[in-house]
Amino acid sequence: MNRYEELLLDLVNTDERIIILTAENRGHMRTIPAHLGKRFMDVGIAEQTMIGAAAGLAVRGRIVLTHALASFVTLRPFEFIRDDVGIPNLSVIMVGMVPGFLSDGNGPTHQAVDDVGLMRGIPNVGVFCPADEDDFIIGMRDIILSERPFYVRYINTPACVEHDKNFSIGKAEIVKGQGMGQRDITILTYGLLLKQSMQAAEILESHGLSVQVVNMRTLKPIDTEVLLNAAAESSLVVTVEDHFKNGGLYSILAETVLDNQTPCRALAIALEERWFRPALLADVLEYEGFTGEQIAVRIQRALELQPKDSYAELRLS
Amino acid sequence: MNKSELEDLQRIALRVREHILRMSTDGGCFTGASLSCADLLVFLYSRFLNVTPETLSAPDRDYLLLSKGHDVPALYGVFAELGFLDPERLKNHLKTTDHIYWHPNRAIPGIEFHSGSLGHLLSVSIGIATDIKLREGNNRVVVVLGDGELNEGTIWEGCLTANAWKLDNLIAVVDRNHFQANIRTEELIPLEPIVDKFKAFGWNVMSVDGHDYNALDETFASWKPGTGRPTVVVASTQRGRGVPSIAERADRWFCNFTHDEVEQLIGELHGEASADLTSETLIVR
Repeated sequence: MNRYEELLLDLVNTDERIIILTAENRGHMRTIPAHLGKRFMDVGIAEQTMIGAAAGLAVRGRIVLTHALASFVTLRPFEFIRDDVGIPNLSVIMVGMVPGFLSDGNGPTHQAVDDVGLMRGIPNVGVFCPADEDDFIIGMRDIILSERPFYVRYINTPACVEHDKNFSIGKAEIVKGQGMGQRDITILTYGLLLKQSMQAAEILESHGLSVQVVNMRTLKPIDTEVLLNAAAESSLVVTVEDHFKNGGLYSILAETVLDNQTPCRALAIALEERWFRPALLADVLEYEGFTGEQIAVRIQRALELQPKDSYAELRLS
Repeated sequence: MNKSELEDLQRIALRVREHILRMSTDGGCFTGASLSCADLLVFLYSRFLNVTPETLSAPDRDYLLLSKGHDVPALYGVFAELGFLDPERLKNHLKTTDHIYWHPNRAIPGIEFHSGSLGHLLSVSIGIATDIKLREGNNRVVVVLGDGELNEGTIWEGCLTANAWKLDNLIAVVDRNHFQANIRTEELIPLEPIVDKFKAFGWNVMSVDGHDYNALDETFASWKPGTGRPTVVVASTQRGRGVPSIAERADRWFCNFTHDEVEQLIGELHGEASADLTSETLIVR
């Protein structure tokens, strides 16, 4: 039994409200059904029915965790999430497996790289994007027991940093450069790319640059304070995400600084109007320019391209 | 059902139809579809469902969900007549000061779940029925589907799941008025043989005249718990029932009449002369 299954089993055993549903996507929870009895149900390959049934269970007082591939749990039943979970604000959690780059070689049909934008666009629906398995386990209990709808990007990769065990919905985790003050760069990220962001930060530091790295944890609600601090105290704010540039963290940053009239220099490291080349994860990262080293170079270039001499730079290249 | 019980239902239904017609002005509503299921809803709330204004939150109450939400004027009319809802509030139709609009929502007492987009509430009903089973309750869950709504793939997904999960506390009622929005069902996407379709999905299927209270009584009385199978009642109805000048007309689905026309139509409902309707009809291809 993996840690996710252990957590679910513990929650089901200690809280009679909790029900687990899947649409025949049992990856990462293959051993648990036998232990959950009637509190685990599989609707078959029918994501819309899964979300509708989850809403029906939730309106009777249940907390329902639905589990399927990230692309399938967000796209096919989108209207059911919006209408039957979002409008009545019911306690339904959508856990999406292999989000973003984690879908490896599946191809664009399976690439949930629009999921954050879609889910955060629904009033009442929160979004939790943990960085690795430790981060997921630390936050998941609060998310499930929050009694509000949440979309969760599932991840079970080994921890890349020692995470703060204090988890609070809407609070980011500053994993490098806490209380740093004025600095060259703040990297804002979520999900598996925290690891590459940390690697990039170390490379940049070795070149004498000061860097803060933030693991956003929940993208909705967003930690506005951390974003505004990054805008105010960094020469460059970088968002790193395995998501379309449109709708994800870069969009959230833009909305936040505009709302507060505190513009900043920003760089989006994201997918721009395209899906990624399907391959094994390490090769995807390399091909798409998301290794630690590539991220560092992209940031360095952006930093060197000062607004005042940017035209000259363009002519030279 | 004795004669006076029958007359009671008929009297309530007449009042419900008046309410529907009175909501068919100043912005209008889905008059035709509301009139077709009025008798079904009067029957279900008066004779079948174990729910009253006093037991709206009771854990053992029966549920009714209106999946074809655009016929909510019929449901509000029933609520107003049976004491769930102050009849005065129906005058707030489409006013920002209340929550009475073209589709149901939970701000109105008695509405178990909101709807609007078709093909949603069978799956929500599956969730509710499943929770009742888990808690070993005896509540029944009735979900009213439109016949046009059967075009939606999620209905058939739900039929598979409800059968797989042996939800014998779930009863779908199809308001078989033979019309979808703009056209007769059989001219657009033929649904027949509906009964065979549901049978093939493993459901217990019953057919009934949806305007005949004695037949409805007999049909629903024959429903038994514990069969291991979900039930569907295919209720034959007539769109615009009770008001001949708009009955079975594709162009009288959504109606926004003048006040004078409403009064004429109410007269027609009570057996007076046909209304002289000049207000705009829907364009039908």
